[in-house]
Amino acid sequence: MLTIRTLAKAYPTPQGPLAVLRGLDLDVGAGQSLSLMGESGSGKSTLLHLVAGLDSADGGSIHVGETDITRLDDAGRAALRRQRIGLVFQQFNLIPSLTVAANLAFQARIAGRHDPAWQNTLADRLGLTDLQDRYPEQLSGGQQQRVAIGRTFAMRPDLILADEPTGNLDEESGDAVMHLALNLVAQTGCTFLMVTHSARLAGMLDRQVTLVQGRLA
Amino acid sequence: MSRIWHALTALLSHWRRKPLQLTALLGGLMIATALWSGVQALNAQARESYDRAARTLGGDAVPSLALPGGIEFDESVFVALRRAGWPVSPVLEGTIRLGETRMRILGIEPLTLPAAARMTGETSGPVDGALFEGFMAPPWRAFAHPDTVAALAGEEGLPPLTAQRDLAPTLLMMDIGAAQAMLDSPGRISRLLLDPGMSAPATPLAQATDLPLEWRETDTQGDLDRLTKSFHLNLTAFGLLAFLVGLFIVYSAIALAFEQRLPMLRTLRALGISARMLTGVLLVELLTLSLLAGIAGVVGGYVIAAALMPDVAASLDGLYGADVPGTLSLELSWWLAGIAISVLGAMGAAGYSLLKTYRMPPLASARRQAWRAAQRGWLRVQGALAVLLLIAAAVLMLFAEGLVAGFAGLAALLLGAALLLPPALALILRAGQGAARGPIAQWFWADAQQQLSGLSLALMALLLALGANIGVGTMVNGFRDTFTNWLDQRLVAEVYYNARSDEDAATIRAWALAQDDITALLPTLNATTRMDGLPVTVVGYTDHPTYRTSWPMVAIAPDAFDRVATGEAVFASEQLATRLSLSVGQTIEIDGWTATVAGIYPDYGNPKGQISAEITTIAKVFPTARRGGTGLRVAEGRTQAVISAMRERFDLGDNLIDQAALKGYSKGVFEDTFAVTAALNVLTMGVAGFALFMSLLTLSEMRLPQLAPLWAAGVTRRGLAGLELLKTLAMALFTALLAIPLGLAVAWCLVAVVNVQAFGWRLPFHLFPGQWAALVALAVLTAGLAALWPINSLRRMPPVRLVRVFTDER
Ligand SMILES: Nc1ncnc2c1ncn2[C@@H]1O[C@H](COP(=O)(O)OP(=O)(O)OP(=O)(O)O)[C@@H](O)[C@H]1O
Ligand SMILES: [Mg+2]
Repeated sequence: MLTIRTLAKAYPTPQGPLAVLRGLDLDVGAGQSLSLMGESGSGKSTLLHLVAGLDSADGGSIHVGETDITRLDDAGRAALRRQRIGLVFQQFNLIPSLTVAANLAFQARIAGRHDPAWQNTLADRLGLTDLQDRYPEQLSGGQQQRVAIGRTFAMRPDLILADEPTGNLDEESGDAVMHLALNLVAQTGCTFLMVTHSARLAGMLDRQVTLVQGRLA
Repeated sequence: MSRIWHALTALLSHWRRKPLQLTALLGGLMIATALWSGVQALNAQARESYDRAARTLGGDAVPSLALPGGIEFDESVFVALRRAGWPVSPVLEGTIRLGETRMRILGIEPLTLPAAARMTGETSGPVDGALFEGFMAPPWRAFAHPDTVAALAGEEGLPPLTAQRDLAPTLLMMDIGAAQAMLDSPGRISRLLLDPGMSAPATPLAQATDLPLEWRETDTQGDLDRLTKSFHLNLTAFGLLAFLVGLFIVYSAIALAFEQRLPMLRTLRALGISARMLTGVLLVELLTLSLLAGIAGVVGGYVIAAALMPDVAASLDGLYGADVPGTLSLELSWWLAGIAISVLGAMGAAGYSLLKTYRMPPLASARRQAWRAAQRGWLRVQGALAVLLLIAAAVLMLFAEGLVAGFAGLAALLLGAALLLPPALALILRAGQGAARGPIAQWFWADAQQQLSGLSLALMALLLALGANIGVGTMVNGFRDTFTNWLDQRLVAEVYYNARSDEDAATIRAWALAQDDITALLPTLNATTRMDGLPVTVVGYTDHPTYRTSWPMVAIAPDAFDRVATGEAVFASEQLATRLSLSVGQTIEIDGWTATVAGIYPDYGNPKGQISAEITTIAKVFPTARRGGTGLRVAEGRTQAVISAMRERFDLGDNLIDQAALKGYSKGVFEDTFAVTAALNVLTMGVAGFALFMSLLTLSEMRLPQLAPLWAAGVTRRGLAGLELLKTLAMALFTALLAIPLGLAVAWCLVAVVNVQAFGWRLPFHLFPGQWAALVALAVLTAGLAALWPINSLRRMPPVRLVRVFTDER
């Protein structure tokens, strides 16, 4: 499902270029879940952003299915995100001026596969049924993150990229969100790549990798 | 397609949650469009009226034969010339008074009227067919502009009127026979119209008639044209200023709307909307909003124009004698142009934000420093640009010739000053921070600097509005002082009258000489001529201590009055002196008479040049000169008695005026002239206030992260609100203080550059500190009012929202 070869990325800094990823290789099979750990600043978010096509790599290739993201232009990467990739961030990135229901439906609508029945199932499973008419600012952090997760699953992505999705939540609500997400991953059979600092959460996934010195250990 | 739709709904949903921001954006666009299109409407309307007036026979569109000085002659000349093969057509012109209004009577002879003199336009000329029924025979129907027909309804002693759109508003056109009866000039004509395309007749003019008839060519580029053009340029400049101020609002509204929706735009990008599509969707949104605002703005412009039109009409009539109807009728193209301006203005103002969106990477982090660095760079560019513009302004004003250069200088001055404002304010605020003691005071100044970038556009708008206000105010007040003073000196005779006929004049003169109450009779003579192709009025006045003691002069030679009394010298009006570059002591030739210029006097508001000389000299040089008005000096306190006696004894009607009434009339004309300017001034000020309000409102939300830490550290919400208010007032105060030198520069440019180029006279430059104080107070008040709402909501803000600042990462 996801194949990364000799991926390289450096950021320009006042002290010269900072090489963050240095020839990284990774293979994730379809339906597999994988945790990505590593010290703060090791480049985990950078990797995720590259896979999502939010930023462009300096070298190497990233294949999602048959498609090499590094060869796509902005519109092509946007289309790939729209159709196949779901993103969940530490900050919830909801649209503040839309209600919970509209936020849930938003990405699926954009992808052109809005399915009200599926959305209702998701809202039910995530415990959002009674919150549908509220606005994001009227929700707690855990509730907001559940909306973000619901929004992602509503479009039935092939690949979900999550960057510390529970990082802003306390342990209890974090665990609750995590369980809900993993159940949905199992049910829909999508590929799941999650960045986390918690070995305990990482243990819930099929496979664990660690980013050290710009490569996977 | 549906993707675009969903993205658009998400973007638009922002406005539903922030209706005030939407109001600001729409309001800004609307005001900008309204002011611009309103002024354009006034200009277009007035211009159309002149064109119409020029097309009628009363204008100079057709060449004609007339006597020097426009003296009437017998209609037998017409018959003689026709017999000699001259294709002439007689015209009699004159004025009558109907209550308050002056009407111009134009008598024509339809059968001989040259084709070029027939009115063109959408309506067919009155010469064609059935229209002339009842025109050349009883009931002697007359034609008039539809407004005039409506205004004169029910008026006694007029022939039946037929509406004719092509005519100037104060004109009554009738058969020459009817006009002769109405003007009490039986058998007289004032001009003979010629066909511009005619070939020269076999008989020379001198053989056909003994009268010294002059051939007057068409004069489409005449004085009226040039002067009214300058009035329009004035209005256009004001309209442009208003539009610029409006665009400031639009620009800041759009920039803030983008800034506030940045997280949402990033989310949309992360969710798979490409940069191109996002930009496209924003463009569609902007197009929709600007179309709505444009339509509303054009309607607003119509309202403004309709409200100001009577003042503009009065101005043009009073200043230049141009007839313009006081009502408005506009074409479809005007409406479309107004809407187009709104859309284009919005697109222009949004260009930078759209580009930023298009280039924006979906990730947030890297850009912040880059943006800040770009901002700093831009400030430097802005400062350099400002200095360049100010230099250009100085060069244009001091060295360039012409009205357009004057206005270009003015525009450069205003724009340069506006660009210079943010750096100047930053300097003041930095100085304030340096002098501040105590943490709150230091925060106050530091925070004001940070806020500057968000407020600078609104403050620039305020600066422009204030600068223009002070500039125009200084000019108008200076003008008013000078003009009033001049009127007081010029209108010294207590009573003025103008006899209807020479016999009447002799009778009144004999009577007046016998009155003890009347201490002096000061008759005048008028003639017209041309000097260097310019039309010049020649006035003969009676030498008398009245003039010697009180005639205000711009420049005068020693013994000037004695030399003018002997007939060797004349006085020239300032306009004439400017146009012909005359100076005191110079010798000029007037219709073969050589005289020295002994003095130059101001003659405000008169578009024509004027020469004044001793009356008996004028009678000799211009045998055809007409009798002008006569001034009477009256013994103290006897004015009303003399007037009543004259009213009883002589049939003078409106031709008997007391000085007070004349002064009142002149001052009225003057006030009308500047009523439009004053109204536009007020509007511009209102726009600036609106800009400030809007910026403060939008900023107030973005400022929570700055304020929350202070609140957490123990400053109450009320305290915070107070600090915010103080900061806004301080910024407005500094801006207003900086506007004073700008306003004075604008005033100088208007008085010493633009006015001289436009009208031919220079105004004295007076300072009016009282006006500045009032405007500074007004600016601070405007800022206070604009800040009221946002600050009140800060005072009442639920603590939850402040706490959120610490929990939300954004
Ligand atoms: N836009 C940028 N410009 C310059 N350097 C950057 C930029 N973004 C990230 N970096 C640097 O790249 C390195 C990797 O950053 P990244 O955000 O990928 O780390 P991370 O592993 O996600 O850390 P954390 O666990 O703290 O989230 C860091 O040293 C960071 O300082
Ligand atoms: Mg990270």
